[in-house]
This record gives sequence, C-alpha cells and structure tokens, in this order.
Amino acid sequence: MITYPFDYKRASSIAEAVSMLAGGGKALSGGHSLIPSMKLRLNMPDTLVDVGRIPELKGISMDGDELVIGGGSTHAEIADSQLVKEKLSLFAEGAAHIGDPAVRNRGTIGGSLAHADPSADWPALVLAANATIVVTGSNGERSIPATDFFTGLFSTALHEDELITQVRVPVSAGSKSTYQKFAQPASRYALVGCAIVKQADGQVSVAFSGVSDTPFRDTDVEGNLNSGQEPGPVGRGQSIMSDNFASEKYRVHLASVYLQRALEAVA
Amino acid sequence: MSNKFIGQSIKRREDKRFITGKGRYTDDIVLPGMLHAHFVRSPYAHARVSSIDLDEAKAMPGVIAIYTGDDLADVNGVPCGWQVNFRDGEAMREPKHPMLIPTGSTAKHVGDAVAVVIAETKDIAIDAAELVMVEWEELPAVAAPADALLPDAPKVHEQFPDNKAFDWTFGNPIEEVDAAMEKAAHITELEFVNQRVVPNAMEPRAYIGSYDETFDKYTLYTSTQNPHLIRLLMCAFVLGIPEHKVRVVGPDVGGGFGSKIYHYTEEALVTWSSKQLGQPVKWTSDRSEAFLTDAHGRDHATKAEMGFDADGNILGLRIKTVANMGAYLSTFAPAVPTYLHGTLLQGLYTTPKINIDMTCVFTHTVAVDAYRGAGRPEATYLLERLMDLAALEMGRDPAELRFQNFIPPFDGVEQPGYQTQVALQYDSGNYEAVLKRGLEMLAYDDFRKEQAEAAKTNKILGVGFSTYVEACGIAPSAVVGSLGARAGLFESAQVRVQPTGKVSVFTGSHSHGQGHETTFVQVVADKLGIPMDDVDLVHGDSDTIAFGMGTYGSRSLAVGGSAIVKSIDKILEKGGKIAAHKLECAEGDLEYAEGKWTVKGTDKSISFGDVALTAYVPHIYPAGLEPGLDFSSFYDPANFTYPFGCHIAVVEVDKETGKVTLKRMIAVDDVGNVINPMIVDGQIHGGLAQGIGQALFEGTIYDENGQLTNGSYMDYCMPRADDLPMFETDRQVTPCPHNPLGVKGAGEAGAIGSTPAVVNAVIDALWSAGHKPKDILMPLTSERVWQAMN
Amino acid sequence: MQVEINVNGKARKAEVEDRTLLVYFLRDTLQLTGTHVGCDTSSCGACTVHLDGGAVKSCTLLAAQADGCSVTTIEGLAIQDTPTTMQLHPLQEGFKECHGLQCGYCTPGMIMTAADLLKRNPTPSEEEIRFALEGNICRCTGYHNIVKSIQWAATHTTKPEPNQQEEPIDADKHLFTNDVTTGEVVETH
Repeated sequence: MITYPFDYKRASSIAEAVSMLAGGGKALSGGHSLIPSMKLRLNMPDTLVDVGRIPELKGISMDGDELVIGGGSTHAEIADSQLVKEKLSLFAEGAAHIGDPAVRNRGTIGGSLAHADPSADWPALVLAANATIVVTGSNGERSIPATDFFTGLFSTALHEDELITQVRVPVSAGSKSTYQKFAQPASRYALVGCAIVKQADGQVSVAFSGVSDTPFRDTDVEGNLNSGQEPGPVGRGQSIMSDNFASEKYRVHLASVYLQRALEAVA
Repeated sequence: MSNKFIGQSIKRREDKRFITGKGRYTDDIVLPGMLHAHFVRSPYAHARVSSIDLDEAKAMPGVIAIYTGDDLADVNGVPCGWQVNFRDGEAMREPKHPMLIPTGSTAKHVGDAVAVVIAETKDIAIDAAELVMVEWEELPAVAAPADALLPDAPKVHEQFPDNKAFDWTFGNPIEEVDAAMEKAAHITELEFVNQRVVPNAMEPRAYIGSYDETFDKYTLYTSTQNPHLIRLLMCAFVLGIPEHKVRVVGPDVGGGFGSKIYHYTEEALVTWSSKQLGQPVKWTSDRSEAFLTDAHGRDHATKAEMGFDADGNILGLRIKTVANMGAYLSTFAPAVPTYLHGTLLQGLYTTPKINIDMTCVFTHTVAVDAYRGAGRPEATYLLERLMDLAALEMGRDPAELRFQNFIPPFDGVEQPGYQTQVALQYDSGNYEAVLKRGLEMLAYDDFRKEQAEAAKTNKILGVGFSTYVEACGIAPSAVVGSLGARAGLFESAQVRVQPTGKVSVFTGSHSHGQGHETTFVQVVADKLGIPMDDVDLVHGDSDTIAFGMGTYGSRSLAVGGSAIVKSIDKILEKGGKIAAHKLECAEGDLEYAEGKWTVKGTDKSISFGDVALTAYVPHIYPAGLEPGLDFSSFYDPANFTYPFGCHIAVVEVDKETGKVTLKRMIAVDDVGNVINPMIVDGQIHGGLAQGIGQALFEGTIYDENGQLTNGSYMDYCMPRADDLPMFETDRQVTPCPHNPLGVKGAGEAGAIGSTPAVVNAVIDALWSAGHKPKDILMPLTSERVWQAMN
Repeated sequence: MQVEINVNGKARKAEVEDRTLLVYFLRDTLQLTGTHVGCDTSSCGACTVHLDGGAVKSCTLLAAQADGCSVTTIEGLAIQDTPTTMQLHPLQEGFKECHGLQCGYCTPGMIMTAADLLKRNPTPSEEEIRFALEGNICRCTGYHNIVKSIQWAATHTTKPEPNQQEEPIDADKHLFTNDVTTGEVVETH
C-alpha cells in the first residue's frame, strides 16, 4: 500500500507550521490516524506539514490549576507521566488503553483530536474533563472548549490552517474519574467509551466515545445524576452509530452498562 | 537405528534465520531487472466489463505493459483438481476461471481481475492502475449459499441458471435413515451456519515469474504449500508450457492454512508476462486484496437431525447442507464439503444410519476451498453441537451421553479397523480414554459446583465438549482417484548419502511453519544412527526434488515421512551389501545400530561413513552392485490416518454485555506416535487458536450487493494474545498401524475439535442461567450472545 | 528528498520519494527484509521496529519522519561479535527455546515489540505480556509459546544492547544484487 504522492515539509516551530499550513496542506503529527487513511487512498492531501519535531508542542506541566499537555505529546508520554497520574489519572488511564504500545509511542493527543474519529478514546476524555483545546492559526491563538470542538463525524471546529498546540485541563482536588471502555474486538477502538469526572461535591460530567457519530457530553444523564436521580437513557438526541459489531439498540444498551460501571468506579 | 532424537523436543533448526530477520520469503527476493505488477480489480460483485480504456495509464512514465483479458483470450483458465458429479450422473459444472475478465464478459466477485499493470516499480504500477478506465455495468449479485438456490437468484454463470455446481448424497440410503428416525424417542434438530472465514496467513501471497531466454526456462517463485502441484497445474492446464522447462520454488512461506494450496491466476499471469516482457515480474498481494482474492473456508448452511432411542442411544443422523463454492471452482473445492466432510459424519459414535444431502452452489464471492481441517471441522461442528444440545434437551450429562455412544477401543492390529457407515475404515482408536483424561483435567465435578454458584451472578460459566476424529495423512491415490481426485496423493523422498557420510534429504513436502527441517531430520538421524548435524533437509524446489504433492491435510510426516523411511530402508539394504563385502561375512550376519554394521556376536564392524565412502570409491566392492548410495522413493499410503481427541472449553459470559471470555481450553489429542512433542504441541496450539477464532471472532460479512464489509484487520477480528488463555494440553498415543512411523498427523486437530467446544460452552452457560437457545450464530459476538439472553 | 537514518548502528543516506514509508525504505532501499508487511491498517505489527529506542509500526511512518533518527530492526538486535559469530538477544534465544515461532513471518515484529516491553517492564506478568502484544497478530502459535518465550527472556539476564554507531555508509552507493540461481541477496559493493 502506498499513498498518493504529496510534498513533505517539516516545521520546526509553531509559527513555521502555521505559515506552511496556510499555504495548503495537512498537519502530520504522529501520523497514526492520517497515514493509514492515506495508504488506503481515502485521504489525499497535497502537502503534509510534519509538526512532530516542534519542541513547543511537547511537554506536560501545571499552570496554576490547569494541567497543560502539549499537542504533540504521545499517548505513551501521557500514560507514563507521573504528573498526569497524580493530577489527572483519567488521562493516564485512558491513554494507556489507546491502540497498542507501538501506536501509543507515535500517536499524539493533538493528532487524535484533530482527526476526531468518533470511536477514538481522547474525545470522551477531554469532554468529561472539561478540557480546552488551544489552537494556533494564521489569525493567532484561540481556545476552544472541548464541548464546542467536535462538530460531527470526523469534523471539528479546527480551521484548515490551525494546529492544536495545547490541551488544558482544569484539575480540582478531591475529584474522582474513570474511563470504562468496551473495545471493538478487531480494531480495539471504543465500541463504547464512557468517561466520568466526579467533583468533590458529587457533581459529575459524563462523556461518550464510540456511541454517536459525534463524541458527546450526555447532558441529560448529567442533569439527572446531578439532581440525585437515576441516569435515564444514554445518548438521547444523538445520532447513534450502528455497525457489524453493535447495532444501535445494543450500543445504547452497552453505553448504559458502561455508564453504570463507571459510576460504580467513582462511587 | 538409534533412539536419540525421535520423541525429543529438539529445538528447531530453522529458527535461527527467522529470529535474526534472515528468513527469505518471496517478497524478499529481488531479481535483476525485475518489474512489478498491480491488478485492476472489479469493485462490484457482479458486473459486465463494457469497455476498458488504457490510454492514460499507458502514458504514465515507468509503465511497461498493461494486459487485459483480451490479450489472454487463447489462454486457459486455472483448473479444478477434483471432480464430483451430480447424483444423477450429470458432470460437475466447471466454468472457466480466467486470469483476467475479457471485455464483454462479467466479473463474478469483488476482486475479480480485469487488467494488470506492469511497471518499473510497485508504486508506479499502483498509480497507473488507478488510471485504467473500466466502464462497468453493475448487475445484481448473490453471496449467501442458501440465497443462490432461490428461484429468482441472480445467476453467477449464465449457462448454469440454477447456480448449482453439483449435488451429492452419501451414506446409507435416505429411506433407511428416515425409517431409523421414525423410531426415535427424541430427535435433536439444529439449523445452523458454519460461517465463511478467511485463512489470513500472515504473509500475503507473493509471486515472481522469471523467464530465461538463454535456457528457454521459466522460474516461478511462489508462496505456496506445494510447488510441484503448482507446476503441474500451471504447465499442463493453463499455460501449456512443458513441465521440464519450468522451475517452481517455494521459498520460506509465511503460513498457509490451506489458502496457499491452490493454483491462483496471479501465479500463471506473472509467469506468462515474464516471457512476454523478457524481464522478471513480481506481484505481492496487499492485505485488502488478500481478503478479496485468497480462497476462503467453510461456508455451509445446514439442517441436521440426530435421533435417539429412549435410553439415549443414537439411531440415526440426517443432514441437508448447502455449501458455497464461490464464483469459480478452486483446486480442491469440490472435495471439501463432500469426501472430506461427508465421510467424517460417523464421528466417534456407533450411529447405525447416516445420510447427507449436499448441494454445492456458485455465488458472487471469491472461491471457497480447504481451510485448516477442510470439511472435517464442519463435520465435527455438526456432530458435537448436536451431542451437547441433545444432552441439554434430554437432561443428560453431555460426557455420559458420549461415553454411551462411543465406538469401543480398537487398535487396528489385534482388533480390526472400524468400518463406518460413510465409507471410511478408521485405523485405530481409543475414544473413551481421551474424554476421561479431559474430564480429569477439567475436574468436572468441581466445575459443575462452581457453575451453579456462578449462575446466580452476572458472570455465568459454561463448559463445552467436543470429541472428534478426523481423516488425514491424505491419501491413498486409488481411493481418492475413485472419489474424483484428478491427482495422486502420494509423496516422494530422495535420500542422498554423500561420499563423506553426510546426508541430503529431498522431500516433496513443503515446510511453512511445521518444522520439517527439524522433525524430518530427527527421523533420518535416528534411522541412520548419525548426528542430526550430518543431515540436511531440502524442500520447496521443483528442480532439486523429484516430485511432491505438498503440505496439507496433516500429511507431511505420515506420507512424506514414510517416503523418507522407504528410502532409508533402501540405503541400509544396499549399505549392508557393501558392509558384508568389506567385512567378509554374509549380509544376514550383520546388524545395523548406532551408525555401524556389526557382525553379530563380534566386535567387527564398519561405520556408515566408511560404507558411504566405499560406495563412491568402489575399489573393494561387491560384484555387480552399482556404485553410489542414493535412493528415491514414492510412498502411497494404504489408508488415511485417523487422529482423534477431546477438546473442552470453559467460558465466562457477562450477562450484561454478552461478552464471552474463554477461561480454559483443554485439549487431549491422540495423533499417533510423536517425533517432536514441542512441535506437536505448537501445532495443536495454533489449531486451537484458529478454531476458537471461528467460534468467537471470525467470519466474513457480505452485504446485499456482495460486498465484503469487513475486509481488513480493523474489522475482521482474529484472536489476539489477550483474547486467549494458556492452553492445557495432554496427549495419548495410539500408533497408526499402517505407516512405518506410526504417526497420524497433528496440523489440523486443534482447529477441528475446538470450535464446537467453545460454542457448546457458551450455550451451556446460558442454559445454566435459564436461557435456552439452541444455537447462536458464529462468531459469537457479544451482541449475538446478549440477544440470546434478551 | 534525501534522508539519513541511523539503521542498526550505520548511518544510511538515500534519496527517497516524500511518500516512502519507513518499512519500504528498510526493505527495498536497504534490503533489510526481516521487517515484514502483513496488513494495510497498522493492525498486525509484522513491521515493528524501534525508532529512537521505542517500538513503532514502520508501515505507519514516513521515512522522512525518521530522518536523523536511529532505527533498530530485527537484523540489528543480536550483537555481531565477529564477522561470523553473533550473540543472540535473549528474546531471540527465548523464541527458539520455547518454540515461539512457526512460519516466522510475525516473529521479527513480535520480538521487537517484546523488546520494547522488557525495556519498560523487565518482569512482566503473563497478563502484561498479552496486553503488550495487542498490536501484533500471529496466526500460527496461538500465542501460548510466544508468551512463554518472552517469560523465558525476562528470566535470562544478558540483554545485549543493539549495535553501536559505526561509520556512515551511503545506501545508494551501496549496491545489492540477487543471485539468480540461489536467490541470495549479495552485497556487491
């Protein structure tokens, strides 16, 4: 398998990447979402801008009450980070279950979010954690709340010339969180991925990957839970996916089961 | 003869090259001036090729040639190697399987090739292939075997409007079976699908055709299980080129599991085009192409009934099956649902009346042929599902029901072989013993207690049994010939003793993971009483090896190994003459042991090496005896061999999600004598994984247009390391009475027994919790199991 | 574009197309054919190599992305003591010792993935081993003996590091041909 021909450019700074992207092209981070689709010739960018070696995109640190993860951080770096384990174990737990070790060594949080596969793990994680996606483009930097970021099947609020530079996540003491995943047995993507963050005051945020064609926060379920009621049905108003491994009905059922398991884990 | 190596877990000699990255598979080979082929394939399951425009593709720099079906109008299609006629005598229908679909004709499955682009690099060939403009007229398609028989089903071949390749019946006359079933106190009835699976050898198929004008000779490098068979089929039936002008090499091959037995169109095409172009041509399949063009396995839709008397004795078995052949008849396809399936329906039981009614149909899918076990897994699945279900329905213990109906032990020596109702005569067996051992390993009583406890929770437990017998060591040529085989199924071996006493062994049995380079050498070294380092095994090259029928049907050691033993016997006989002459004694006074001939009762002896040297430097030599020490043999087995065993699966089912976790897999197999226990265990493990794969994970999914919707590893699920437990294996040895090594064959056993054990275990778990499904469609995905409970 | 990649301790320079995948750079340009291709979807792991010390799937990486990096393939895992002798990596020994391979096609990827695991976790449990092999498919062994091979390696102490840096060699000036009669790959320059 070989991709269509393209021009490869390597950026050494965010500014250079943005100016390259402005000329047309697609950002290449770890490449683990993009290259497979290009090999199958489902995707044919003229230019790839390699952002994999930009030092500013690396690094995980605290900034006040926010955990700041560089967009170029690999899943493995996040899963193995002591800081993440301490401050936001949800991300370490979730990242450790993405793909396989080789995929985690290359794939990045920024690349995965930009690709916005509805069955990827990061979407549920950033949604439940109330993360902010920081992006930079020709018009400068802007911050997009995760809840506004995913706009549809494989589509996001990201403009073509924009690059995900950071994921910022508020960290609060006394919160509990979990990511419960029922993996599609062949691809190991999430057939259902349920992320929950429960604050010290008991308020929960609940998000799902794999269930709808757009990853979502289940505000109905949150509303019910946060007012002391049973969660109610999952995915109301969502466009529930159906495939060889799970019909719509079964997917919704699985989502409820995994929601329950997640609630037990943070009880 | 010595006993140093046979029966020992000798580490594999072939491993070093593989663990250091030095294995040489076909795609690793680069020939000077080599070109690369890429195919233009049908995106439709059924479509007419209205026109093909090559102009743009031909104009791409680096493109050397593009061929279409019109260029090959005079070339034959690839042949079928087995003929099974209709029960009314009408000849089996054999539509041409062309290398490329000509303009005006129809592609008959997704992936059917219409053109091939040959270019300087693979990338150019791929890019140019996209510029070949084919105008298609899409036509309706049919993919499922039962659908192909519906009155308004789309026709695969216009000339055969009922879509039948042939139909077939076997066993006792149906009237006798009907009469037996009339008397039954209980009939267990099961309608099920033994689904289509994709073999998925990890090395995709790869071929290089090379024509050498100087010697007017072709060489084909091919990832095949049987180089000589490919040469025979390609030369005699497809290209019409003389066999002695063609060399076929099967280098290291990355797994086959049946899918690399067959002669494929691409093999003939690279060979043919290398002559047209005067340059070698390589084609390597990618995985997506492999899903669409490798022969698939299984694909039966069956209704089976087993009748019991009031005491639980089996009275009769009645079966109606439709089997999918795909769009064309692949090399062994007709044999699989018939003589490799119908003949095994006796199982381990004394069933007095058996009848099978089989209809084999064409569909708009890639060909179906033998896949690990070939027909025998389908037979075992049918029988063993019926047995466990019958036990549940009658409130009997499934193990007890089997003990009651087993054929009693027979060794085939003191007691005769067991004559079945379905033609075969089993060689030897002790079926009770393997089940007893399996129950012991399971700790059956404890398990049932644990199961009863678990039934009260959300994680329920189940146990499934499967006791199987298979026919392998394929096969006596006269027998298979009478059943429609168009080839013999013997094997050849040449043992060449070099003047220094080193030994080169040439076998027609190809090794692609089975470890021949170790096990065959263990046999030779022991038979000759020499070190293993003094023996080398050569396989996979039609120019160096006299002939070979190849590796499949668990036949390598039983048939190929026996041929080697025959040659060794000849070596020792002639060596004895030379030794007697040198030692000035009668041949009868000599005994051969530990690598030397000794005059009985004396210390006078001569070593194997000295005799070898004498044979090539025949100065002091028996009068009239030819020099040299080099013998070829052909071994045609007297019977199939009949390994048997007991597989037991323990599963946990998550009641909330339907997810099945395989907790234990117990396998007690009797494969006759064992040359290398480590390798036999490895074969069993691999077979188990594939059988479990069919039960829980694998299966093609075609949509109503005949499109394969799960043709990649992102969607077609095979077992991964974290899906499987450590396997618990044990063995029993009942030697095969009719071959010199007493071996039966181990390659397929694991895949034959395990599938029904796993499915039975899930059904058992559900019954333990009050749900009573008769069947769940394989693979048992979480959703299907959940549905069975909701 | 031109890339320079340190492969098994040797700096290899070559002109490649921008779209060239690392696996084809290794297999076609450098003739390091121990790294295999088993699928199109980054699923099977037959192409696993180490990039700057970590396991990666070389079918999902451009050669351009590895430019300036170090790559270790299965051919570079053993220590070449002398031109004719080598000391195998414990994993290589383990796979042979425990019959962890049959057809050998998935083996290089399995070994490279296992090497990455043992580097991170020198004493993995059976469960950890199975989890680490999630991205590598074997069709022959049922994984039983692969797990045992890795356990064997984890309990045998010598873990040689891959070959150290040597003088750079220009790949494109480095010619390989294939002996027609034996099929052997021969380095002619």
